[in-house]
Amino acid sequence: MDAQIKRGLLDVCVLAAIKNEDSYGYKIIKDVKPYIDISESTLYPILRRLESNRLLVERSVEHNGRLRKYYHITELGKLRIEEFKKEWKEVLSIYKFIMKEDGADE
Amino acid sequence: MNKIDFLSELEKRLDCVCKEERDKTLVYYGEMIDDRVEDGLTEEQAVLEIGTPQRIAEQIMLDLPLKTLVKNRLKPKRALGVWEIILIVLGSPIWLSLMIAAVAVVISLYAVLWAVLVVFYAVGASLAIGGLVGVVCLVVYLIQANVGAGLFMLGAGLVCAGIAALMIVVNNLVAKGLVKASKAIFIGIKSCFIKKGVKYEKV
Repeated sequence: MDAQIKRGLLDVCVLAAIKNEDSYGYKIIKDVKPYIDISESTLYPILRRLESNRLLVERSVEHNGRLRKYYHITELGKLRIEEFKKEWKEVLSIYKFIMKEDGADE
Repeated sequence: MNKIDFLSELEKRLDCVCKEERDKTLVYYGEMIDDRVEDGLTEEQAVLEIGTPQRIAEQIMLDLPLKTLVKNRLKPKRALGVWEIILIVLGSPIWLSLMIAAVAVVISLYAVLWAVLVVFYAVGASLAIGGLVGVVCLVVYLIQANVGAGLFMLGAGLVCAGIAALMIVVNNLVAKGLVKASKAIFIGIKSCFIKKGVKYEKV
């Protein structure tokens, strides 16, 4: 996939992964991986960036005798997801147009 | 590599990053290893899946803005004494001008690289024009009924056009090479501020 497109998608994928319930690093990777390739080192700067843009907040929770960082989506983060859905409705109609043109040629 | 070795290796390579950033990174990757171990992997397998400390540190460096790296490198290890401050201020004509000169050299080198690309495009463009001129001359000579000269000019023009077409491919390659070179230079500059003795290769 085009690197630029992927970069834009990953941010929102991470937000979507924590939208309905708080999640932690490894689980986010497991949830997102079937749809788009993501690793620890890709996720880390994304989490930092989302946090500095206040799209999520982090908190530490005790788990099996160690501290685990959980990420919680903010209202701003939920807004970003809605923006994404709107943007991609457009992309979807463009895609349908391209598919239609493509089919007409055959 | 087990978890402790991995984390200490990573800590070493993040030496020039401020403590806060370094600690955050170590906590994050430590947690990643713990979670995978919980899932059933051994520490060695978890470390393998996550990546090498070298690659991870490199990525963190690349993500950090250059300003942060420079600040960290130049931060004095202890508070400056009065005399040291006075010396720095007095010496500023020297080190300030040296610094400006160094920056100017880097910028000019970079400009030269891109000038090379401009040259390539200029050659390509002139050859293309040469091709056009050849056709024009052919027409002119044919009007004068000088077929020989006309064909010669056409031939010369076609050669120019052919080389121009080749140049399109060459220019593309040169442009791509330049972009790669720019990236390498940027990383090279950043790695000047990275701990000596730790080699960072672009994977």
